[in-house]
Amino acid sequence: MFENVSRRQFLQASGALVAGLGLAGCGGGSDTGTASDGGDASSIKVGVMGPYSGDVAQYGLACRNGAQLYFKQINADGGVNGKQIELSVQDEKGDATEALNVYNKMVEDGVSAIVGDVTSKPTIAVAQASVADNMPCVTPSATTADVISFGDNYFRACITDPFQGKVMADFAAKQGYKTVATIYNSQGDYETGVNGAFVEQAAANGITLTSEQGYAQGATDFNAQLTAIMSDNPEAVLSPNYYQDTGKIITQARQLGYKGVFLGADGWANIVGSDQDYASPEDLEGCFYDSSFVASNDDERVKKFVEDYKAEYDEDPTNFCALGYDAAMIVAAGLKAAEEEGAEAGSDDYRQAVIDAIAAGTVEGVTGSISYKGTGDPAKSTLIITFKDGAEEIFDTISA
Amino acid sequence: MTFLMQILNGLQLGSIYALVALGYTMVYGIILLLNFAHGDIIMVGGYLSWIVMARLGLNPALAVLLSVVGCMLLGVLIDKIAYAPLREAPRLSILITAIGVSYFLENGAQLVFGADAKVVPAFGDFGTVSVGGANLSVTALIIVAVTIVSTVVLTFLVQKTKFGKAMRAVSEDMGAARLMGINVNNTISFTFAVGSALAGIGAVLYCMAYPQVSPTMGIMLGTKAFVAAVLGGIGSIPGAVIGGFVVGFAEVGASALGLSVWQDAVVFLLLIIVLVVRPTGLLGRPMTEKV
Repeated sequence: MFENVSRRQFLQASGALVAGLGLAGCGGGSDTGTASDGGDASSIKVGVMGPYSGDVAQYGLACRNGAQLYFKQINADGGVNGKQIELSVQDEKGDATEALNVYNKMVEDGVSAIVGDVTSKPTIAVAQASVADNMPCVTPSATTADVISFGDNYFRACITDPFQGKVMADFAAKQGYKTVATIYNSQGDYETGVNGAFVEQAAANGITLTSEQGYAQGATDFNAQLTAIMSDNPEAVLSPNYYQDTGKIITQARQLGYKGVFLGADGWANIVGSDQDYASPEDLEGCFYDSSFVASNDDERVKKFVEDYKAEYDEDPTNFCALGYDAAMIVAAGLKAAEEEGAEAGSDDYRQAVIDAIAAGTVEGVTGSISYKGTGDPAKSTLIITFKDGAEEIFDTISA
Repeated sequence: MTFLMQILNGLQLGSIYALVALGYTMVYGIILLLNFAHGDIIMVGGYLSWIVMARLGLNPALAVLLSVVGCMLLGVLIDKIAYAPLREAPRLSILITAIGVSYFLENGAQLVFGADAKVVPAFGDFGTVSVGGANLSVTALIIVAVTIVSTVVLTFLVQKTKFGKAMRAVSEDMGAARLMGINVNNTISFTFAVGSALAGIGAVLYCMAYPQVSPTMGIMLGTKAFVAAVLGGIGSIPGAVIGGFVVGFAEVGASALGLSVWQDAVVFLLLIIVLVVRPTGLLGRPMTEKV
């Protein structure tokens, strides 16, 4: 008896819930109807997507915070062409299918451009889908080569894996290293991308590659690979891995008595400083990595960004926060050009105008000066960061 | 020179596996339980070291003490809460409980400490020593030495002491041991205490060699140590040690030959081969059907 009642109650409750959702859905539908007709004349809709929950949420949240900060600032300054930017922020949980759902929802909502996606796999899914709509999209952080290869509408704010490998190989040559070795996660797209380009460019620069050691994702013991590397005693070792692995690699190499230089890429960001040191500052002394952003940069633009970010979120911005900010800046520059052209918001012409403006323009971002030379890959400057007396400092700036 | 260093790498890795495998073997030997939470006890030990040194900034010696004692108490506590009530239950129930305890510890650690890895500070500045032209890591030498000493002490404990005699009696026949006046529950608790203390030592050595701890670090470590215990013949103390070194050398050998990506596969392949050729493991006693 009791069970029956509760089941009936359950059915009633769920019926009411479904009806409620249905109504809400209808409400949303009629709303988008007006939006795709041009929307509220005083606002421009922009989508921001990324993983805000799940394994890679830290990257998504950082990019989102950066993007939101920029749009907030531009709205406070009077918006774009007098129109306020209205954000549609959506979580895709780091999943390619969810990312597609989110993308479709944004298109229905009538967004004029999108900041996103954040990690490479979901971004590829969105990039493929967005070609049909010719939707202008700027990913803050997806570094895999494919992302920009599907259509002319996709751009990225970050530098690519192969570019970083090349930059570090040129830097190694500039430092006069004659012999180098590499140790990398051979199951990671990012790590193999940087490593491959480094090896190729190092050979072109006349550097001898003494050893190339791959390891499996999740490995903790690198002694065997490091011992093999050390048998040739190279002047430098490239570890293009994320900071947790690199921390272990450098600590173990020093335990084995290796005294040479370690080189890395932007995955090293956070290796020291945040709340703990993944390798001790003494072990890192004199090592180098490339990155497009460091909070301690003296550049006026960066200083202001760091101040504003701290005021808004009460923490130091990371590389991803800065890239989110720059991606928003690139999108806003495109919107401004389209508005000035007088295109009708939501139309094909409007989207094309945004894309053309991004492709032709140059944006002075906090991660460097960004311009696109016929592709969605930015030509931008890169910083070489070194460790001195336990602190990170800029060693060199490589211009595009 | 490189060869000598690789031998030491194999000894270092093998030592850690051996210590962990000893814990598996002892518990299995006495109550026929594959204690899948064993790897996670090591994780807890790692976090204890981290708390003492990184959070409280205390002496590394205290970290060692707290890790070993903490793991020992945790092992006994897990037995009392999770396994003891199921002493008479079918083997499968207690095995499932062990898996549950393992998940509980992993997720608990994730809740308390967060999902990212924490860095354990160095226990000391050991450097390297030069032996015959090779620079050998002192950390590795310490790890190997501690493992050898632990194994000798454990063997003495099991073979020569009264508690050891009780343990052997319980593992032989629990019912008969009880009839002979042996307190079976105390003996089992003692076994868990010793096995988990070894896990604590393993945790300290792990943190010395690979100074990061994360909530899931016990999974692969536990699995490899389990493989080592089965390879050596589960239930056998010298078998666990030999199995640990075999797994350690297999991994280092694979990496040294440029097959690092395949090192897990090499270990499991080795296990399959041994199980096919010698189902009871290298030093296991042949199974006899009781009639």
